[in-house]
Amino acid sequence: MTGDGSWLIRGVTIPGRDEKATSILIAGGSVTAIGPDLDHPGARTLDAGGLIALPGLVDLHTHLREPGREDAETVETGTAAAALGGYTAVHAMANTDPVADTAGVVEQVWRLGRTAGHCDVQPVGAVTLGLNGARLAELGTMADSAARVRVFSDDGRCVSDPLLMRRALEYVKAFDGVIAQHAQDPRLTEGAQLNEGEMSARLGLAGWPAVAEEAIIARDCLLAAHVGSALHVCHVSTAGSAEIIRWAKSKGWPVTAEVTPHHLLLTDELAAGYDPVFKVNPPLRTEADVTELRRALADGTIDCVATDHAPHPVEAKESEWAEAAFGMTGLETALRVVQRAMVETGLLDWAGVADRMSVRPARIGRLTGHGHPLTPGAPGHVTLYDPAAPAEAVTPAGASKSRNTPFAGMELPGRVVATFLRGVPAVLDGKLA
Amino acid sequence: MKRHLISAADLSRGDAVLILDTAEELASLADRPIKKLPTLRGRTVVNLFYEDSTRTRISFEAAAKRLSADVINFSAKGSSVAKGESLKDTALTLEAMGADAVIIRHGASGAAHRLAGWVRGSVLNAGDGTHEHPTQALLDAFTIRRRLRGTGAAGARGAGLDGLRVTIVGDVLHSRVARSNVLLLSTLGAEVTLAAPPTLLPLAVGSWPCAVSYDLDSELSKSDVVMMLRVQQERMSAAYFPSVREYSRRYGLDAARMARLPGHAIVMHPGPMNRGVEIAAEVADSVRSTIVEQVANGVTTRMAVLYLLLGGTEFPATGEAR
Repeated sequence: MTGDGSWLIRGVTIPGRDEKATSILIAGGSVTAIGPDLDHPGARTLDAGGLIALPGLVDLHTHLREPGREDAETVETGTAAAALGGYTAVHAMANTDPVADTAGVVEQVWRLGRTAGHCDVQPVGAVTLGLNGARLAELGTMADSAARVRVFSDDGRCVSDPLLMRRALEYVKAFDGVIAQHAQDPRLTEGAQLNEGEMSARLGLAGWPAVAEEAIIARDCLLAAHVGSALHVCHVSTAGSAEIIRWAKSKGWPVTAEVTPHHLLLTDELAAGYDPVFKVNPPLRTEADVTELRRALADGTIDCVATDHAPHPVEAKESEWAEAAFGMTGLETALRVVQRAMVETGLLDWAGVADRMSVRPARIGRLTGHGHPLTPGAPGHVTLYDPAAPAEAVTPAGASKSRNTPFAGMELPGRVVATFLRGVPAVLDGKLA
Repeated sequence: MKRHLISAADLSRGDAVLILDTAEELASLADRPIKKLPTLRGRTVVNLFYEDSTRTRISFEAAAKRLSADVINFSAKGSSVAKGESLKDTALTLEAMGADAVIIRHGASGAAHRLAGWVRGSVLNAGDGTHEHPTQALLDAFTIRRRLRGTGAAGARGAGLDGLRVTIVGDVLHSRVARSNVLLLSTLGAEVTLAAPPTLLPLAVGSWPCAVSYDLDSELSKSDVVMMLRVQQERMSAAYFPSVREYSRRYGLDAARMARLPGHAIVMHPGPMNRGVEIAAEVADSVRSTIVEQVANGVTTRMAVLYLLLGGTEFPATGEAR
């Protein structure tokens, strides 16, 4: 089947528009028309009856592991996993080896993303040299590089020095940057393994207390207000953190936040069998935290869902709990988890999902080419999703090189049918195009 | 009843009483000139020890040998483990050698649990990190029952520890002995109180089946059993308490405190002791002290566990004693 490269998506529903089946014409890399009676000779047609169309999803928090840990993931495999999960853009975290703390490394990652082509890759730059929390990396040079870095993070480690954090927040104002903080007081979490509570007490695992996250978030909100600069809080995991961010936002302070799919669905009870597939940083918390995180995402206190996709090779998880690496994969399951946690519970409608998984993360990441609501003239980044697909057990084998999904065997609803990047299908019929 | 003994929570009251009764039967062996039973002839028991613990290892070794099992000692030092072999690969090696039971001591909480997922034989937890040490709790329960409920067929058989008040003192937060004892002793009907500085108690201790006190002195006169936990001096540098002297003054068991115990009360310690820190020498060496008995009872109790796990007689699934 040949054509002029354009696509006519028929019978699809666009959440937040009028909830009636319509057609979307994508041509020349953009959405050119939307309406029930579209026709376009030369366009390939995709029958999307029963499907919903979302603006291509944007992940603010992805570990692609390249350069350095190509045994766990590469830009190629990670972006393939992202596309299969409905993402058209991911932010690649800086904790690679070497660390993405120079223009050279961020440009390398950016170019690898362009070559892979499954989705756009926006590198995140390190805040401090080598993530060591001692000296600022050359933030401005990374901002001016071809990679156009705007989000800076030492993710995996906390910028715990308050003075350094203040300077970083202040410094990035010059180029509209944002500091994405991994909020974890290092002293309060020495040797920490699991949320401090009933489970850690019973299992004899060193506790990771909620206050170690909340104290840093409170401090950083005050710093962001003081210097008038943008703070983004990574992977919020406790009810108390949500409360502090709600308070900061009520003051009008420039604070945004993300929550991971796993913190919206899973609790520390899962650690009972000591299977490190459930070991993650910040740790899985309690049912009460999950409830509050969902509520905070629904009311906008938490701006967006970000996966913190953290692939690890088998041997990093096939060990004693304390020996195992922190982290879970998440790109391929995020939308299905959000359907279970937020949509099926009535907390968020699909227009809300589009906002929390595409529009807002793109805005926070300063990705001007992504996160546009689907209207004529919008970029041709479209995710087609079947929310009515019957719940199926998650299989660990996917496009990611790693298998450390905590959702393996769990029955989750929905299915990503197609992902269009700049009008070109990266995924069709649930498979890489 | 499960194939493994990983947590004291794996044991129903019936299971626990059966182990104690079996240990009581086996105890009579110790008085015979020939201490060996043929029960586990041809079975292979592996002692897999990742931590130095000579006393626990030889206790298990003696128990297995008295039941005629073949015992292989696998110490992490000087083995492939030192070269970085994973626990899983070690497990597969033991599996290939046909181990019927693996007794594991490991510095990581949950190691026994993980091992049980990789081997077909029974796994006995001989202490995993700061999680549990269930055979220590069993030997402690056995010691308490013998001392306070009588020995042999006379009285104790079938009995639990109902109504006995046990005070466990010290570093509960990092103690696998305390975790297993709280679970087992409460299963057996004892009333357990933990006495410790707040820094050495888990934050969520309120969810445990026991009472909590920060004041040892107020617990002494109502205790039938006082169990002292070893306090590690390195806890001081992590600010769990200001100094060893202060710890000792507030939570150490000295002669003056011992004098305030009821006349029948006993003093226990899982060893090794820090004399002069958590326990004074005159207390450790007093007639109330069961410390040496605990060691002897350790062999007997571990024989009972091995016998019941491997001897073809499963622990009853219903939790009823025979």
